[in-house]
Amino acid sequence: MLLYILKRVLSAISVVIVTLVASFALFFLAPTDPAGVICGPRCTPERLADIEDSLNLDEPAVSQIASYMKGIVVGREYNTGGTVRECSAPCLGYSYTLGQPVTKLLAAALPVTVSIVVGGAVVYLLVGILTGTIAAQVRGTSLDKLVVGSTLIVQSIPYFVFALLVALYATFLPDSGYHPFLDNPLTWASGLLAAWLCVGLTNAAAYTRYSRASMIEALGQDFVRTAASKGISRRRVVYRHGLRAGLTPVVTIFGIDLAFQLTGAIFTESIFNLPGLGQLTLRAFGQYDLPVLMGGVLVGSVVLVVMNLVVDIAYTFLDPRVRLG
Amino acid sequence: MSDQSTQAPHTVARVPRNPAANEEAYLEVTDLQVQFPTADGLVRAVQGLSYSVPLRRTLAIVGESGSGKSVSSMAVMGLHDRKVARISGSIKVGGREIVNMSDKELEGYRGGDAAMIFQDPQSSLHPYFTIGDQITESYRAHNNVSKRKAKDRAIEMLGRVGIPNPRRRVDQYPHEFSGGMRQRAMIAMALVNDPKLLIADEPTTALDVTVQAQILDLISDLQRDFGSAVVFITHDLGVVAEIADDILVMYAGTAVEHGPVNKILGEPLHPYAWGLLESIPALTGEPQPLHPIPGSPPSLLAVPTGCPFHPRCEFKDRVPGDLCTTLKPDLIPRTADLGRTSRCHLKEPDQVFQTEILPRLP
Repeated sequence: MLLYILKRVLSAISVVIVTLVASFALFFLAPTDPAGVICGPRCTPERLADIEDSLNLDEPAVSQIASYMKGIVVGREYNTGGTVRECSAPCLGYSYTLGQPVTKLLAAALPVTVSIVVGGAVVYLLVGILTGTIAAQVRGTSLDKLVVGSTLIVQSIPYFVFALLVALYATFLPDSGYHPFLDNPLTWASGLLAAWLCVGLTNAAAYTRYSRASMIEALGQDFVRTAASKGISRRRVVYRHGLRAGLTPVVTIFGIDLAFQLTGAIFTESIFNLPGLGQLTLRAFGQYDLPVLMGGVLVGSVVLVVMNLVVDIAYTFLDPRVRLG
Repeated sequence: MSDQSTQAPHTVARVPRNPAANEEAYLEVTDLQVQFPTADGLVRAVQGLSYSVPLRRTLAIVGESGSGKSVSSMAVMGLHDRKVARISGSIKVGGREIVNMSDKELEGYRGGDAAMIFQDPQSSLHPYFTIGDQITESYRAHNNVSKRKAKDRAIEMLGRVGIPNPRRRVDQYPHEFSGGMRQRAMIAMALVNDPKLLIADEPTTALDVTVQAQILDLISDLQRDFGSAVVFITHDLGVVAEIADDILVMYAGTAVEHGPVNKILGEPLHPYAWGLLESIPALTGEPQPLHPIPGSPPSLLAVPTGCPFHPRCEFKDRVPGDLCTTLKPDLIPRTADLGRTSRCHLKEPDQVFQTEILPRLP
């Protein structure tokens, strides 16, 4: 098991490195001009050269990526206008446009995104699994058809339209905005409530459908019939024996979903004005802010490979037949 | 089974292990009907089934897939979803009526007075719970005991059904057991509450032949010790000869023949039972072509009028008029022997068997 995890971590690191190199290459292949953006419309060639020099953009791309990698592992120094700035490991560089260390920007943005995604996940897991399980038990009745019908409707609405409708019409909800959890958990929660409901309800539709299908299959299994023949209550048969088997596939989907939501909460963040990772990278994208973009890519790829590993390990706890090795 | 190597199954001279069936019935099924309304129409899975089993006796229910043997036993266990299945008639277990019992009462009944062993232990045990967990759950559902006591009981039961090293095995998962061991664990689970009625639904079908014999011996031994009534569902006539006291042959949702095992296997009276015997391959002498019963079992959506077996019956021309196609025969004694009943219009079926069927058997 430990050896397996070690192997997986090593392969995860190589995936992250490949992703970083590919993003770097894509950035330089594209017609990007970060120095021009910083310099503005009335820019003299000397000033442009100055900026390029201070951002090391005059160096070849290969040497730039080498110093970037070196910065992550051991830290690096920046030489701007005669002053030397120490950037200790893990150094992800300084934002071209904001002048701040990328690590600091990410550290500020990550809790916002994590708060949105995790809070939303609580909502959609609770609502989705409960509704799906109930629908599976009354399969074929009008209640079941109503549930399936409403999930179809919710899923047919594009997410940003749904989020906009919530933002525009659900005015009874507290104003959204991000307040750190540690300052005041109550304002933290009220500021995120609208985003949670939005993420939660749209995804709940999908999770209702997953759990319904999964539970219908589980409740038809022979071992559920065996459980019923023991003389335990129907509730225990469904929620202990059925749900235990029915939830396992849902957990797999959830792990991957969570990773994608962490890297793609842009709509939610923009519409509810929450300064998360999505907003940060989107802004960096428009301004050719390479270090911030690379930071976003790094966080995203790490989250994806880590979630994959977590799902695989979680599986060994959920299904005793699965052994890693 | 030892005398089977020298004698064909139909002449098994079997000494009944148990006294004759004039004891009081523990399980009594009377005119049981099970129907499932579906989009295609009403599926009449069981149509007027009646039988009884006293304590310490074994009834084998024999028939093809879809003959209603499993459906009727699920009804005896109260396992049908009553929103889906329509059940009428009477099922009395130890004097208690099961049909129309409330859900709460059924919970106390299932797994307590009556327990069931299922066909495929691979799929019938929960893959995510340990064997011990699954046995103790059954025990604690009917006995108000601590987890520790229940686990001791589970270990005791595992030892009882011949699982070596039960103290270690109790914490293992079903996938760590072999097929035969899994079925033993399943039996331990069914017997943990000393049920007076045990229903075994093809418990050896998924097992290989050597393990089959062990499991059959185990069930017989346990039945003797626990003194329970056993209903044994199977389509294997060799298993029937081994384990049963009485046989009920089912066809298209009804019983077509019922009586003591040595009589029915020695001299069956229904053409369907004849067909079953003829379709057993001979293991001695010159290889002979098999004689399967022509045609296939009827759809339970549209059961044939009259005798449900008439479309496949080679003797229907012997019955005067169109009795076979218009009138369903009663399940009544057809010979001087009143202990056995069959559902066929044919006159003197014992003579027909002796003169026409017996010579054809290997």
